[in-house]
Amino acid sequence: MYSTKYVKATNVNKAASIIADAEDGKFLAGGMTLIPTLKQRLASPDLIIDLSDCKLTGIEDEGASIRIGAMSRHIDVAESVLVQNAIPAIANLASQIGDRQVRNRGTIGGSLANNDPAACYPSALLGLGGTIHTQNRSILAEDFLTGMFETDLEEDEIIIGISFPKPDKAAYVKFPNPASRYAMVGVFVAKFSDGVRVAVTGAGEDGVFRASNIEAALDESFKANSIIDGLVSADNLMSDIHASAEYRAHLIGEMTRRAVIACG
Amino acid sequence: MNVNGNSATHEVPDNTLLVTFLRETLGLTGTHVGCDTSQCGACIVHLNGESVKSCSLFAAQADGATITTIEGIADGDTLHPMQQAFHENHGLQCGFCTPGMVMSAIELVTKNKNLTERDIREGLEGNICRCTGYHNIVKSIQAAAEKMS
Repeated sequence: MYSTKYVKATNVNKAASIIADAEDGKFLAGGMTLIPTLKQRLASPDLIIDLSDCKLTGIEDEGASIRIGAMSRHIDVAESVLVQNAIPAIANLASQIGDRQVRNRGTIGGSLANNDPAACYPSALLGLGGTIHTQNRSILAEDFLTGMFETDLEEDEIIIGISFPKPDKAAYVKFPNPASRYAMVGVFVAKFSDGVRVAVTGAGEDGVFRASNIEAALDESFKANSIIDGLVSADNLMSDIHASAEYRAHLIGEMTRRAVIACG
Repeated sequence: MNVNGNSATHEVPDNTLLVTFLRETLGLTGTHVGCDTSQCGACIVHLNGESVKSCSLFAAQADGATITTIEGIADGDTLHPMQQAFHENHGLQCGFCTPGMVMSAIELVTKNKNLTERDIREGLEGNICRCTGYHNIVKSIQAAAEKMS
């Protein structure tokens, strides 16, 4: 690892002002991506600003939505009775991320700020049409997720919490890579009174995306057999050593069927 | 921080990983480094009672925390029930992954009651063993779970 400095910020405004003075500072949430990245020398920030003392935890019921503090760890979300009751699909998603040790450290805010194209949480944000709250503003999911590993966040902007509207039904099903546990394909299906939203992670060349033709098919009939072969195109899907674009297209259909069935 | 019941205060470079601090500063070499990609789990220790990969954490992040390593779980000459179960069930071959397996398994058994074999296999997602094929590790954890309940 390259040499770097480490500081712990005690609140979000201090963290933002500290990073403004750094040449190439990075915020540290759970560190489950950042620290392995530093170990591989794929990044060389001159300053690491730990957000763990910024009091960004806590999960609240806001009536029509729930709000999850950005530094809530995957284990906190998975075990939250509030989340399990309000949007069980999110608790279930969190319980499938990485392994137990990753879930004991990794955070929802860190995952969303990183926007890894194979991460699970971006599909919940987009699938539910959630809102990112930073110290400066609120950002809708569609505006926040701007591409693979890219978000609308400014350099000194910190996610403080995320709101997720409560759907009538929702489910997340992923086909994990057997080695990394990242989603080779993950599908988040959410049924609201005004329509169905379907977000796909692990497959898109530009990161998580909404599958509009699947949404249209499920709007017409919310049944697993609405997802017919050929509905999902391999265009703009990733092709790598783990899976071809065509195989991913097939998996999107299958994971969607399973998610619709899981919705009950 | 407190490590295995002893206070440990040292100045280290900012980018020191917790595993490096444990092994090189404190000489607690029971915690292993088996990969460079945060996948293998040989470095698992307990941080405030929860299992974490000490290779994916700066020592500074554990400032003030309570750490337990493989060296800290036996009671004098009496092995921890999990260690004893690995011994009795031949839950290791080369032994390299064992410290991480044991620390991971202790948290799994402590936090969950009535674990099925499938629960145990899923609970070991973060630990890689390249010798045993996992069967005897799972048997060891099942045996320890009975003794620890």
